[in-house]
Amino acid sequence: MGTINVNGKELEVDEEGYLANINDWEPGVAEVMAKEDGLELTDEHWDIINFLRDYYEEYQIAPAVRVLTKAVGKKLGKDKGNSKYLYGLFPYGPGKQACRYAGLPKPTGCV
Amino acid sequence: MSDVKKFLYLNRRAPYGTIYAWESLEVVLIGAAFDQEVSLMFVDDGVFQLVKGSDTSELDMKNFMPTYRTLGDYGVRHLYVDKASLEARGLTQDDLIEVAWEDWETEEEVDNIVEIVDSGQAIGVFEESDVVFSF
Amino acid sequence: MADLYTVNKSPFEKNSLEDVIRFSGEGASILFIEDGVYGAMAGTAVSDLVANATGRKFYVLGPDLKARGIAEDRLIDGVELVDYAGFVDLVVENDKVQAWL
Repeated sequence: MGTINVNGKELEVDEEGYLANINDWEPGVAEVMAKEDGLELTDEHWDIINFLRDYYEEYQIAPAVRVLTKAVGKKLGKDKGNSKYLYGLFPYGPGKQACRYAGLPKPTGCV
Repeated sequence: MSDVKKFLYLNRRAPYGTIYAWESLEVVLIGAAFDQEVSLMFVDDGVFQLVKGSDTSELDMKNFMPTYRTLGDYGVRHLYVDKASLEARGLTQDDLIEVAWEDWETEEEVDNIVEIVDSGQAIGVFEESDVVFSF
Repeated sequence: MADLYTVNKSPFEKNSLEDVIRFSGEGASILFIEDGVYGAMAGTAVSDLVANATGRKFYVLGPDLKARGIAEDRLIDGVELVDYAGFVDLVVENDKVQAWL
């Protein structure tokens, strides 16, 4: 277990960098994690991060990439519901990376 | 002949008291990624897994009841519930959650894929499945 | 004085509840916890076990009932709902606790 520093608070993360406690999340978490990855978060990134948080709130799981892609297409438009677009935003994988920024656990079935 | 196999997950345990229900659900979620035809069958205490209104806030346990509702998104086609098991527990379809299904390409929709079956229908489901996973 | 019996297995899967009713004496308190709470539901195939048991007091642990989506109005008449503090009270009030698994 390590920690990340977000706005002066030390938050616990697991060995893969996912937040240990989902309730610790605040937007600053995504910003700190993105900065470590050398990524600048845009509105397009936030659309996906917020989408994931809503999805988790409703279903209590982080969706598999396939499901994420379809659901994003349905909610945010077909031009965004494809893996090319999502990988463009999150090069380490929309499931893993975006979920990590959103404070969710790693998607079930993601290795 | 197609390569698509019919997978049936058989659930016979109550939720929360043991880990079986959650384990089964996780395996379904993982397995559903492989584009097979996936159905679930709830028999015996397994029917308790679908009872709505679950609130685990006082148990310090994850409430995974909402997760069943995403199974349609994962391509699960049927959640069969054994009628006799339901009746023995004083339950009816009204006590159970609803799970919607939609084909994202054709936009075909089914409002609720939770279906109560009698023993005869259940036998048919078991027979036509290529693989049965038991929890 | 008497004993407190806890039952944590579903009566549809194990006969723990049946045994507890058989082996507990008059005045015993029987508390349903975990998957045992299904034994406190009215209108099931095993409801008569509790409904017909005389000289015993039945309790059910609220948080475990809530987790399973079972509303209070589905309990067998006479089964009393307790919270964790009520569980502790039962332990204190009785001679000893027998956990039937």
